[in-house]
Amino acid sequence: MTVLAVAEHRRGDLRDVSFELVTAGRELADELGSDLAVAVIGGDVEGFVEELNREGVDTIYTVAEGEEFNHGIYAQTIEQLHAELDPAALLLPNSVNGLDYAPAVAEQLDLPLVTDVIALEGSDPVEVTREQYGGKVEITYDIGAEQYVLTVRPAEWPTATAGGEATVETFETDIDEGALGTTVKGFEEVGAGDVDITEAEVLVSIGRGIEEEENIPLIEALADALDATLSSSRPIVDNGWLPQNRQVGQSGKVVTPDVYIAIGISGAVQHVAGMKGSDTIVAINTDPNAPIYDIADYGIVDDLFEVIPALIEEFGGDVPDI
Amino acid sequence: MKILVTVKEVAEVDDEFDISGLDIAESSLEYDLNEWDDYAVEEAVQTSESHDDVEVVTVTVGPERAEETIRMALAKGADRAIRVWDDTLEDAQFLDVETKAELITAVAEEEAPDLVLSGVQAGDDANGATGVAVAEELGFEWAAVVNHLELDADAEIASVRRELEGGIEELTDVELPAVLTIQTGINEPRYASLRGIRQAQRKPLEVNSLEDLGLDAGVVDSPVERTSMYEPESESDATVWEGSPEETAGELAAFLRDKGVVDG
Ligand SMILES: Cc1cc2nc3c(=O)[nH]c(=O)nc-3n(C[C@H](O)[C@H](O)[C@H](O)COP(=O)(O)OP(=O)(O)OC[C@H]3O[C@@H](n4cnc5c(N)ncnc54)[C@H](O)[C@@H]3O)c2cc1C
Ligand SMILES: Nc1ncnc2c1ncn2[C@@H]1O[C@H](COP(=O)(O)O)[C@@H](O)[C@H]1O
Repeated sequence: MTVLAVAEHRRGDLRDVSFELVTAGRELADELGSDLAVAVIGGDVEGFVEELNREGVDTIYTVAEGEEFNHGIYAQTIEQLHAELDPAALLLPNSVNGLDYAPAVAEQLDLPLVTDVIALEGSDPVEVTREQYGGKVEITYDIGAEQYVLTVRPAEWPTATAGGEATVETFETDIDEGALGTTVKGFEEVGAGDVDITEAEVLVSIGRGIEEEENIPLIEALADALDATLSSSRPIVDNGWLPQNRQVGQSGKVVTPDVYIAIGISGAVQHVAGMKGSDTIVAINTDPNAPIYDIADYGIVDDLFEVIPALIEEFGGDVPDI
Repeated sequence: MKILVTVKEVAEVDDEFDISGLDIAESSLEYDLNEWDDYAVEEAVQTSESHDDVEVVTVTVGPERAEETIRMALAKGADRAIRVWDDTLEDAQFLDVETKAELITAVAEEEAPDLVLSGVQAGDDANGATGVAVAEELGFEWAAVVNHLELDADAEIASVRRELEGGIEELTDVELPAVLTIQTGINEPRYASLRGIRQAQRKPLEVNSLEDLGLDAGVVDSPVERTSMYEPESESDATVWEGSPEETAGELAAFLRDKGVVDG
């Protein structure tokens, strides 16, 4: 029996989630009493092998097809690997590219799929845990099938340590080029600008709790009073209230300030991905169950429109009329 | 050209809530149009406004209550709506991705759209999977996490930007027909006008059962079974300052001064 995990790389580098998949995959393989195979598809596969050879990996399959991710090539390759290895579990990353191929692969192979898994237990049946309702609750599922597909949440499992003794095998695929209906034209970096929030020592960060664009000056006044930098969660940028270079999170910037003050931010996983490395996290949120409190060091469970003016006054700033 | 938009009514949980069995108690939930689908509807409506002869049809799998949400999409400019529901679906423990994909695919096969727009994820379930599963099931091309779309209807190509992690965007051409999962921020969703809300009352809203779609009750069978729901143990030992806003603000101010990160 086998657990098959698929590595992720972008523009020449393996992404961390690949090494986390090794850890999760080994955990599941131990439950199942099985081997762990890791496949790496496209790019500099020979170079990637060395890095992927981590503790717990039994076999690495290299597939030299294409440079960058293309979901058609991934789907076809994984289908062929699956037919060859007949794995119990297929473990894929719950990354943006994972979202782009995991559901198609599961559908194509007619296997049950559970996405964004944060814990695994047992083998017969395997019990998986995921979050629901914006992280306010967790749910467990039993998967009553011999074969299944799971996508694994990034940054939940530690990365596996180097020094594995895996066997390396080249896997030859037969890609139907005519069936590839997407063409990747290139990449672009966005979010440059005059302010670099990754350099800031103190970030005052605002979320949807601010309600209206007209209320933003309140937070600007606080940032001024603290001599801090202003950042935000995604909806503030989506609404065009702050420029993109202020966005913290998975699709924005990863920040590690001394102090991160999250105001009216719920703490969705994609936001937390960008700020959990902050030295001290302070949350101001009316909802005591908001997931942000799971990672906060200090909290004020109260209305930001009451607390922020009081805080500005503490530092002798001017409270704007909003 | 026809655009099919998948819209879900999502449940939002009150600050104080109860769990009842394997789900949150109905009394702790409020319902709204899924944020990601709001952007998908807007993208479809904008496309219908900038191209000739575009029909926008929405599809929802959900109970009668969901019609409020569907009417919202109609008020924002969708032309008509299809809701899929019946007793078999009502009685299912939950609908997994595969089941929903099959239901939506059955509707899409009837409608034969050129483009299907869905949300990246549903705010409540957050599977992040339904749109791409539908694409595979339909035999359409697809792209996930799209934050920019340009349609070349003549060449039958959608040129999209896929939003990857860390501020990197992938520029990709997708052959039509295709399913695109739409990311927030791709446009500015409009508010429904009073006139739109009035018009929505008269727009067609068709309800389909499994039988209408030529499916049998087996479609809800799933090897995936929900076994428990609970509030996660908080891993934090956060210090929560209590008192009036002046008092808590004072505590935070003292902390910031102590830490030496703020003068004054
Ligand atoms: C692929 C993908 C990528 C994403 N990337 C990012 C990313 O990079 N960054 C990011 O932030 N998000 C990202 N998201 C979005 C993320 O899932 C959440 O939707 C988002 O983080 C929510 O932002 P928020 O906390 O400001 O809003 P909400 O979740 O709506 O939270 C608002 C909070 O404000 C509180 N509140 C309301 N009123 C008050 C008040 N008066 N006083 C105090 N508190 C109040 C509420 O209790 C609530 O907790 C991404 C999503 C996807 C699917
Ligand atoms: N019950 C439903 N009815 C209609 N569309 C849905 C339903 N569930 C999911 N979708 C669509 O699929 C997207 C992703 O949902 P999910 O895969 O559940 O996170 C949503 O944004 C909707 O567009």
